[in-house]
Amino acid sequence: MTSGDPVQPPRRVDRAGLVIAASLAVLAAVLVWDARGLQSAAMYGMGPEAMPVVVACGLALLAIGNFIDALRGNLPARESADPVPVVLVLVGLALLIAIIGFGGGFILATSALFVTTSAAFGRRAILIDAIIALVMSTLIYLAFDRLLTLSLPAGPLERLL
Amino acid sequence: MDTFAALAHGMAVAVQPMNLLYALIGVFLGTAVGVLPGIGPALTVALLLPVTYKLDPGGSLIMFAGIYYGGMYGGSTTAILINTPGESASMATALEGNKMAKAGRGGPALATSAIGSFVAGTIATIGLAFLAPWLVDVAVRFGPEDYFALMCVAFVTVSATFGDSPIRGLTSLFIGLTLGLVGIDKLTGQARLAFGVPELLDGVEVTTLAVGLFAVGEALYVASRRHHTEEKLEPVRGSLWMTKEDWKRSWKPWLRGTMFGFPIGALPAGGAEIPTFLSYSTEKRLTKHPEEFGKGAIEGVAGPEAANNASAAGTLVPLLTLGLPTSATAAMMLAGFQQYGLNPGPLLFAERPDLVWGLIASLFIANMMLLVLNLPLVGLWVRLLAIPQPWLYAGILVFATMGTIAAKPSVVELSMLAGFGVLGFLMRRFDFPIAPVVVGLILGPIAESQLRRALAISLGDPMTLLQSPISATLLGIALIALVAPFVLKGLGRFKANED
Repeated sequence: MTSGDPVQPPRRVDRAGLVIAASLAVLAAVLVWDARGLQSAAMYGMGPEAMPVVVACGLALLAIGNFIDALRGNLPARESADPVPVVLVLVGLALLIAIIGFGGGFILATSALFVTTSAAFGRRAILIDAIIALVMSTLIYLAFDRLLTLSLPAGPLERLL
Repeated sequence: MDTFAALAHGMAVAVQPMNLLYALIGVFLGTAVGVLPGIGPALTVALLLPVTYKLDPGGSLIMFAGIYYGGMYGGSTTAILINTPGESASMATALEGNKMAKAGRGGPALATSAIGSFVAGTIATIGLAFLAPWLVDVAVRFGPEDYFALMCVAFVTVSATFGDSPIRGLTSLFIGLTLGLVGIDKLTGQARLAFGVPELLDGVEVTTLAVGLFAVGEALYVASRRHHTEEKLEPVRGSLWMTKEDWKRSWKPWLRGTMFGFPIGALPAGGAEIPTFLSYSTEKRLTKHPEEFGKGAIEGVAGPEAANNASAAGTLVPLLTLGLPTSATAAMMLAGFQQYGLNPGPLLFAERPDLVWGLIASLFIANMMLLVLNLPLVGLWVRLLAIPQPWLYAGILVFATMGTIAAKPSVVELSMLAGFGVLGFLMRRFDFPIAPVVVGLILGPIAESQLRRALAISLGDPMTLLQSPISATLLGIALIALVAPFVLKGLGRFKANED
């Protein structure tokens, strides 16, 4: 991570760093907002609201620290990143969640994730990958559900087994 | 000697045939997963945690010990053969080991790392066995305020003191602390940061966080920069065995590495990076073959590898005696204990000596098995390394999500896994360390409850933190450790370079 093509010259405001600092400040605000709704039931010492406020203070300080780092352009140099494969993997995860959520079962869900991830890493043989994925997740399902008796969600395919 | 009796008892537990089988399965799975590029020991433990769900605590912990040590061995194989250190502690190994492999001396590199790991692991485990009872005696006298102070030390050392940037390290820690707040407050039963989502009332699952940050985050990160590098697998050519010369050049670095690794690992000082780099630079200074350093010097593999393993055993000292995880891997081990409602610490030594000493004894056995398994089976591990990258990462993601699906098959939990994956990706991209998040999540709630207990006992007087000499000293150390990196900035720390 420390090597690679330096993307920006030093001493330039780092916009990503500003976003990080802002997110930390927002997180601190959320903590305080949430802590306000808590009732302090403790007679002595600290109630449940104390710790969130302490953590929020820390986050606020760190937001300032990150802000200064960003202004000075102190962030380590980053390599260029390709967003397409990242989005593809995230689509795979979304598919997995959707299939599990709608009762599609373990085998279909993990197969979808396998094929999209594999495509994200540059494979173009989607049909072959799909077959590999189906066989592999069926084997995993049988091994874990039947042998180790872990309960994995069942869908139409699992009921055929 | 008490320790010998306890250890003998532990051995008796560990050599029961079923437990030997668990250890063997653990060692095998640990090596197989640990050898996959980009997967360090912490992720190995996190991925394999679900496999142990249905076992009894004793067997599961023994399998765990095997997974832990197996993951370490597997990691160094990867570092040597494809120069992809799964964790920063293997970087020194990758530095010299990969050069050796390129020069056709991959066999001796693997051998010196395996034997060195064995030597270091064995010595360090003996150290653990003798240091632990002594530390337990000290820890019994700890009050809640002392525990709180101790955790402050761990927070600071893990996040701020030894990283590249204290600000970024502390940011990671506070993200972890924030996640640790989610859920029902145990003392008053009020929900914090749950936003009305019932799944959040139980808090954030450590395994979900770790697998999300390490596995999903790593997959996203590698995917995003796939166009940059092509990994090259070095075939293992020539003899696997070390020559007489290799032995002569290896045994001192093994011992010196152990001497660096164990004490630094046992102190709550976080991580194996410091001892491995200390060992690397020491060997570089002491060697009779300085011209070979940077081109594949066997000392540069033997020393750091021993330091790495010794410090791994060292981190078990605070983990088992104080319940204090000081590395991401130790945090995962703690999660392994917690899934059975066990809390490591002085009480566990008193109440379940069979568990604790069985675990320590099985560390010896796992180490032995790894030495026997590793060298002859190296061809098998190399074949695992040859899996094409698309299938490899697709398979890793399937396994990563499977753990969550098996534990809690809910849309919320899986979305959290994906969310933590994005967080892990961003943290890698912007160079925030990951381990402090995991340590913050797991230690934050414990530190809070100790502090609240201390304040309840003192009737709300915060001075109790300074009146106990132990707590005052520890808080002083924490303060120094927090301020020092800001003061010493510019004094140039050893910076790891991947190339």
